[in-house]
Amino acid sequence: MKFRVERDVLADAVTWTARTLPTRPPAPVLAGVRIEADASGVIGLSSFDYEVSARSEIPAEVAEPGTVLVSGRLLAEISRALPHKPVDVTLEGTKVVVTCGASRFTLLTMPVEDYPTLPQMPELTGTVGGDALTHAVAQVSVAASRDETLPLLTGVRMEIEGERITLLATDRYRLALRELTWTPTTPGFSAVALVKARTLTDVAKSLGSGGGLVNVGLSTGNGLDLIGFEAGGRHTTSQLVDGDYPPVRRLFPDTKPIHAVVPTQALIDAARRVALVAERNTPIRLSFTDGQVVLDAGQGDDAQASEALEAVLVGEDITVAFNPQFLLDGLTALGTDFVRLSFTHPNKPVEFTGQESLDGDDSDTYRYLLVPIRFAG
Amino acid sequence: MSRAPRSATAKRDWGADESGTSIMHVDMDAFFASCELARRPELRGLPVIVGGRERGVVLAATYEARAFGVRSAMSMASALRLCPQAVVVPPDHRLYQDVSRSIMELLGQITALVEQVSVDEAFLDVSGARRRLGPPTVIGARLRELVHARHGVTCSVGIAQNKFVAKLASTHAKPDGMLLVPADATVAFLRTLPVGALWGVGEKTEQALGRWGITSVAQLADTDVATLQAAVGKVAGAHLHDLAWGRDPRPVVPGRDERSIGAETTFAQDLWDLRAVEKHVLALADKVAARLRGQGLVGRTVAVKVRTSDFRTLTRSRTLNGPTDVGREIYLVSRELLAAADLRGLPVRLVGVRMENLSARAGLAEQPTLEEAASPRGEARREAELALDAVRQRFGSSSISLGARAEPRPTTEPDAAGLSWTR
Repeated sequence: MKFRVERDVLADAVTWTARTLPTRPPAPVLAGVRIEADASGVIGLSSFDYEVSARSEIPAEVAEPGTVLVSGRLLAEISRALPHKPVDVTLEGTKVVVTCGASRFTLLTMPVEDYPTLPQMPELTGTVGGDALTHAVAQVSVAASRDETLPLLTGVRMEIEGERITLLATDRYRLALRELTWTPTTPGFSAVALVKARTLTDVAKSLGSGGGLVNVGLSTGNGLDLIGFEAGGRHTTSQLVDGDYPPVRRLFPDTKPIHAVVPTQALIDAARRVALVAERNTPIRLSFTDGQVVLDAGQGDDAQASEALEAVLVGEDITVAFNPQFLLDGLTALGTDFVRLSFTHPNKPVEFTGQESLDGDDSDTYRYLLVPIRFAG
Repeated sequence: MSRAPRSATAKRDWGADESGTSIMHVDMDAFFASCELARRPELRGLPVIVGGRERGVVLAATYEARAFGVRSAMSMASALRLCPQAVVVPPDHRLYQDVSRSIMELLGQITALVEQVSVDEAFLDVSGARRRLGPPTVIGARLRELVHARHGVTCSVGIAQNKFVAKLASTHAKPDGMLLVPADATVAFLRTLPVGALWGVGEKTEQALGRWGITSVAQLADTDVATLQAAVGKVAGAHLHDLAWGRDPRPVVPGRDERSIGAETTFAQDLWDLRAVEKHVLALADKVAARLRGQGLVGRTVAVKVRTSDFRTLTRSRTLNGPTDVGREIYLVSRELLAAADLRGLPVRLVGVRMENLSARAGLAEQPTLEEAASPRGEARREAELALDAVRQRFGSSSISLGARAEPRPTTEPDAAGLSWTR
C-alpha cells in the first residue's frame, strides 16, 4: 500500500474517524483505524467498537492499493502535528511509514484480518437539515440521563411520523421534547428508535455543522437495529438502545392555569448569580407575583442571595423551587428571547416553552418539563 | 456503656483550677440499667442486665453485674454464665428515649452549645454560662443533682479544656462522679493512661503501636511523629501524637449527631426460610422508620446485617437517590440487599436493618422524579405510616405493623403511572 494525501484532509478525516475510539478497548484491534487505499484514488478510514462505527472517505493519489490497521489515536495525533506539506503513507513489511517534508514516522500495524466487519450503512430513509438536527439534538440531550445504570434513559427517543421527527429525552427529573421536520424517502414513513444521547450529540455536531443535508438510514426489525447518518463523505452507524421507553409524553400537563413570561437571558443571568450561594442539592426559589419574579437561594445561617426581575404573570401568584443546574439547562437550551413557564401546582412539573415576544404566543416545538424541588413539611 | 481502658492512678484529684476548662462531658451511668432501676427500685443492689433473654446481647448492665465481668455487647448466654443470678430485663427503648430527651432538655437550659453524641452522652461548652451559673464544677454538681432528683439515674461528668480530655475525665469519674482535669494538669493526666484509652485506638492500632514498644500515652507522647507515622500511618500518627499532648481542636457543635438508627433480631431458632427472614426484615424496617419519624430524621443509606449459623456476619448497604423515613422503601431495599448476600446456604441466626447518613427532615429539599410528581405515592405511603405511628402511640407498639402481603415484589412492574424506568 502506498498513497499521497493532503495533510489537512488526512488530519481532519483521521481525527473525525478516531474520535469515538475507546480509551480502553475490549480488544487491541478496536483501538485501530483501518485504512483502505483503493486504486480509484479513494482512501477509506474506519473505526468500530461493536456499537458505533465511523467511516470517512478522502481523495488521494494511490500508487499501490492495500489495507492496513494502525493505532487510531496515534495516527490522529501524528497527522495533526505534521507540517503543511503532502503526506506519503507507505506500508513497509509490518510497519507503516508516514513521511511529510522532513518528518518521518513509523507505526506498527495490527492484523487487519482480526478486525471486525463494519455494519453496512442502512438504506436511506430520509434527509434532514444539518443545522436543524444539531440544534434539536442539543436541546433535547440536556435532559438525557448520564447514569449508565439506567441505559434506557441515556438514549434519545426518535419518533418519526411522516415529515415530523419528535425527539424525547428524560433523566427522570426533567423531560425535553423537540419536534423538527425532515424529508422521508417514503411519504407517511413511521418508526421509533432509541439512540444513545452521547452518540447522537456527537453525530449531530460533527455531521450537521456543515449546514448541508444529513442522510439518515434506519434499519429495525432485522435482528440488528441500526441507525446511520451520512454527510459529506462520512457516515456513522450506531446500534439502537434496546428496551421499551416509558410513555413519557403523557407527563406534559393538559391544563396550565398559571403561566409567566420572562426575558430568557435576564433570567439566565439572574439565576446564575443567585445560584452562587446555592450549595449542592439546595434549590433556587422563583416567586412569581403580578409584574415580577423574585429569585432567591440560601436560607438560615447560610449565605443568601436574591434578585427581582420584571415578568408577566397570568393566573394566581406561585412560588416554585428548582435545582439550579436543571433550571439553567432548560433556559439555555430554549434559544428564544422569552421563556414561558406554565404551572399547575407548586409541586407539579413546570413546562418551559419559548416565545419571541413578551405578549406573543409560545411555540410548542420545544418543551422542557422540570419537576420542582419539594420541601419536607 | 464504656469499655475504654481506665487507669486507677488517673482517678484522683488533679487540682481545682477551672480557668480554661469549659468543656464538659456528661455521660449517664449504665443508662438503660439505671432507667430500669429507677422504675423498679426493688432491683437496686442486684446484678441487673438489660437485653433480650433468648440468644440476645447485653445492652447494659448495673455495676453489680459488671463486677462479675459482664460487659455490653456480650452475648446474653456468656453473661449469664458469668453471673447466673443476674436479673435480665428486656429493653424498653421508649422509656430510655423519654428519659434521654428530658435530660438533654435540662442540658439545653445550661447552654445552647450542647452536642448530643448518643442517647446517654453529650458535650457542653459552658464558657458562656460561667457568669450566669458559676464555674463548671458548680454547674456539673448541680446538673448531677437535678438529673438524679428528676429521673433517679446517675451521671458522671468530666470537665477539661477540650472534648477529648473531658470524655476521658468522665470515664475516670465513673460511676456517679465528677472529675476536673485543669488545663495545666492535662498532660500529666494523660501520661498515666494506656494507649488504648485514646480515641481511635482500637485493637489493631494498639497492636501496631505495641510492636514499636509503645503501650502508654507517656511513651506515645515521647515518640517522635515520624516514628508514629511509620507505625500507624501518616494521618493517624500525627493525630495520636496530638492527642497524647492533649491537643484536640474540635469545637462543641450543637445538635445531635445521631449517626445511624438500627434494629436487629436474633431468632430463637436459626431460620432456613428466607421468606421468614424477610418478614422479620419488614418488621425491622417498620421499626427503624418509625424511630426515624419519631426523631424527625431521614436516612439516605440502608444497611442490612445478616449473621449465619456459623457466626459469620455480613453487612450490605446501599445509598438511595434521596433520603427516606418510609418503612416500605427501607424494606424493599433491605430485601434486595438480603437477597444479594451470599449466605453460603446456611440458616440465618440474626438479621438487622440500619439507616445511616441521617439528616433532619425539616427543611429538607428533595428533588422528586417525574413519576413521583405525577403520582405522589411515596407521600401517600408516608401518610399511611404516620397513621400507624398514631395508632401505636395510643395502643402500644405491638398494636399494628406494616403488612407484607400488600408488598409487590421489587421487580420492574410498572408503577401507578404506568412508568417503568429501570430496564
